[in-house]
Amino acid sequence: MTATLAPSGPSVALDWRRVLLWGGICALSLVSVSLIGLPVGMNKRILIEPVLSLGYLFLLWIPLVFGYVATTVVVLEGVEARKSGRADLLAGLIAGLMGGIGLTLLMVGLDTVNLRKPLVNWSPQLFRLLTFERGLEFGIPVWLGICAVLGLVGAVLHQLPAVARRVMSWVVFGVLAIAILEAVIDDLAEGFHLEWLTDAMYYKKGGTAGLTVTSAVVLALVFAALPLVTRGRVKAAVGRYRNVAAEDRQRSSLVIFGAIAVACLGLPMVLGGIVNELLANVGLFLLLALGLNIVVGLAGLLDLGYVAFFAVGGYTTSVLTSSNSPFFAPEWHFGIALLFVVVMAAVAGLVIGAPVIRMRGDYLAIVTLGFGEIVRLLFLSDWLKPYFGGSQGITKVNPVDLGPFKVQGSDPRSVFYLVLVFCALAIYVSWRLQGSRLGRAWMATREDEQVAEAMGINTVNAKLAAFVVGATMAAFSGAVLAAKVGSVFPKSFEILVSIIILVVVIVGGMGNIAGVIVGSLVLIGILGGPRQPGLLQEFQSYKLLIYGALLVFMMLKRPEGLVPSARRTRELHQDEYLQDAWLGDDAESEGDQGAPS
Amino acid sequence: MTGVTRNRPTKRVTSVDRFLTVIRVVMASLIIIGILAFIAQQIDPNNPFARWRNPGARGLTGDQFKGLLISGLSQGSMYGLIALGYSMVYGVLGFINFAHGEVFMVGAMSGFITSDKLHAAGWWESNFLLSLTVVTLIAIVTSTFTAVVTERIAYRPLRNSPRLIPLITSIGVSFFIQNAVMGLLGPATKSYPKLPEWLTKQRSILTFEIAGTKIMVVSVAAVSMAGLWYLVERTKTGRAMRAVAEDKEIAALMGINVNRIIVVTFAIGGTMAGIGGILWGLLFRSVHHMTGFLPGIKAFTAAVVGGIGNMGGAMAGGVALGSAESVAPMVLMEPLGIPGVSQLKDAVAFTVLVLVLLFRPAGLFGERLSQEDRA
Repeated sequence: MTATLAPSGPSVALDWRRVLLWGGICALSLVSVSLIGLPVGMNKRILIEPVLSLGYLFLLWIPLVFGYVATTVVVLEGVEARKSGRADLLAGLIAGLMGGIGLTLLMVGLDTVNLRKPLVNWSPQLFRLLTFERGLEFGIPVWLGICAVLGLVGAVLHQLPAVARRVMSWVVFGVLAIAILEAVIDDLAEGFHLEWLTDAMYYKKGGTAGLTVTSAVVLALVFAALPLVTRGRVKAAVGRYRNVAAEDRQRSSLVIFGAIAVACLGLPMVLGGIVNELLANVGLFLLLALGLNIVVGLAGLLDLGYVAFFAVGGYTTSVLTSSNSPFFAPEWHFGIALLFVVVMAAVAGLVIGAPVIRMRGDYLAIVTLGFGEIVRLLFLSDWLKPYFGGSQGITKVNPVDLGPFKVQGSDPRSVFYLVLVFCALAIYVSWRLQGSRLGRAWMATREDEQVAEAMGINTVNAKLAAFVVGATMAAFSGAVLAAKVGSVFPKSFEILVSIIILVVVIVGGMGNIAGVIVGSLVLIGILGGPRQPGLLQEFQSYKLLIYGALLVFMMLKRPEGLVPSARRTRELHQDEYLQDAWLGDDAESEGDQGAPS
Repeated sequence: MTGVTRNRPTKRVTSVDRFLTVIRVVMASLIIIGILAFIAQQIDPNNPFARWRNPGARGLTGDQFKGLLISGLSQGSMYGLIALGYSMVYGVLGFINFAHGEVFMVGAMSGFITSDKLHAAGWWESNFLLSLTVVTLIAIVTSTFTAVVTERIAYRPLRNSPRLIPLITSIGVSFFIQNAVMGLLGPATKSYPKLPEWLTKQRSILTFEIAGTKIMVVSVAAVSMAGLWYLVERTKTGRAMRAVAEDKEIAALMGINVNRIIVVTFAIGGTMAGIGGILWGLLFRSVHHMTGFLPGIKAFTAAVVGGIGNMGGAMAGGVALGSAESVAPMVLMEPLGIPGVSQLKDAVAFTVLVLVLLFRPAGLFGERLSQEDRA
């Protein structure tokens, strides 16, 4: 009888080793994030006026996440999962608290020793930021408290009912999204003459200044209400849409397509210059990402030198349309140059593709990376300077003359429309190719080359075709870039570009067009491209760090991407599917045995 | 009937093959013409064949040529040290650890920090050998630690996933480490303190005039290589490593702790990269957060040139690549009339990679991989 009176379910003792491990990692990450300079670098970007800046946000999520991770219950197949109880709350609290202790040590260290020499961020600014400019006596207890509470919240998340968790995530992500998207929302409001709304929402003093506390609270309430009001109706609607018959579905698809088209065509008219510039960049990289999606996502060829084709497109356009090209300057129209862009891209695709096509996957990656560097170095070299201008590049690329209006960099809206045309084309081509004979050949080759060959697929031709199609899309993007910037330099075509596009494709979801679109909107739009600033310009110097971390995280936790393609997911989680199938078989055979007896 | 089916897959000559043959022929003839032009120019700078592409041909003096060889050799032995890490990890796990160049960079960086501190304390001058030992030890420890931690966090969970997944992850790791180091230590280039005179002064060995640092680099690389050879070929751990490289499951059945061996492999690779980092710091005396990127890729090239999985090959590949990189611009490209050849040094390394994979995909000394990796 006494056993049933035990305080909380099956009382499992605190797993000290695990808690201390995660707590230590939490402290370590807090300290290293501070020393890498994220909080100080981003402190200028205010999210909620006096309370929260992006810099602090970068510290706050760490104890929360580690509190959550430290108390995650491992669920094993066939073993009854342990219920999380009071010990878990304590574990979360301790993990968070250890993070706080890490920060305390950092603060004391900042106060007493000077390590400025190797560590550039060992600075008074960091000390002031951590202590809220009120000295150690204030900073230490506050951080210990905040971290412990956040760790506890992380642990509590496991024990909350699903509804509460959904509401919480809606509130947190919704408010943060509204705060981060301030520039876009501002711009939209101006276009629709709704300035009063944003004036009420944002604390507008000196540039972007974040939400006010009241509007943050109001927004939080709205976002909290949203999941409660809709209650999975959206999900149900999507499910219904998936299940309706083909003809009906076609009709509603047309409606959706029309809405998207109208939005794409209409929105730029009401948006201002900055957001249009942003969208144009997103479009440029979307075009690149769609091409890489065909090479990597569909055909499974990890091409790290993809930027070479981007460069080929840019340089071909510049040579043919610029008045300043050193060797050959016919000053043709952009449209005629495009024909040559296609030809050059196809040639480049074949020349780079042919030698690497037979190589193992990882050799292919490194060799294409080498080709990417070779192309850049050639454009940069004195040897080809008489043709491509060396490090000075080619300037004075003529704007695209389309009769009534011109597409040029000073008018980002026109660039966006130009990019939109190419993107629409690329999306259509990728979509049609996906289901075509060639697309299926690509996917078969990706999944198992020998089997594909045995099925009668000419894998060499299929791979070459992937290279050529991908190259053409990248070259189009390069052509638009040349017209947009009005010049090309070898510096714009570094290996970095390939890697960033790879991150976009992987984060979005390899082999899935929608995923690639989402990936480029989120990553390029918010974080920014290799040289182009995104919505959060404060990220500029930490962008690559975040891209790197994101790539590792996605590969470890969700290799199929944010918007996964069904086939790709199955391939990546093959073990689990096989296991499920095996368990299913087992259950069935048991059933069979059970029936006759 | 059987004859037809048996012969078809091997005898089929596609247009791709023809194209590759054309590339092979063109590249080979370019190299031969370049060498011939170089020889012609060495015999007499004024003969028509040397003047044909390069009217300003002057020819290299013997000392210049020796200088090129020596700098290629010292650079190459560093590539070799880094390449060992690539080669061993590829041999054991079958994927390219793209972040290995960053392990090297971290070693060079920590060496800079320590030597800078020692320099400030005055020990670098007063007690150079002791400080150098301390610096090297710290660099080795940091590199090894970095390599082992990346294995634990990023690669171990992915051990059984498709082979491109760990490669992509390692690209992410590489970018993360580069930019974390940039954030921590700032983007500025860092200079190692000056080396003592007795080490850097020119010495004459077999008519070669060599800077002392280069002698040190080559000999340290040779000693490390010998130590590694002993470890892999003569110790129990080494035998376990070879067993794991051949077949992980069977090795586990034989009572080998596969996880431990993989960690040891990464640690050894990290150690070699740490030594390479220190040598780099002493030779070029400047490091920054991107220092590891190109040497890393080139070291991989060296590993492929020597035959991946083959450790002697990695070292030889490193030396071959280093020499090719320093000699080819002057010997092949200048006689062919290409201006500004020193800018194309990096392009040479990648061209060597492409050529090796075109002519001898298994590398100069053959790959030592298990059957599954060769597929």
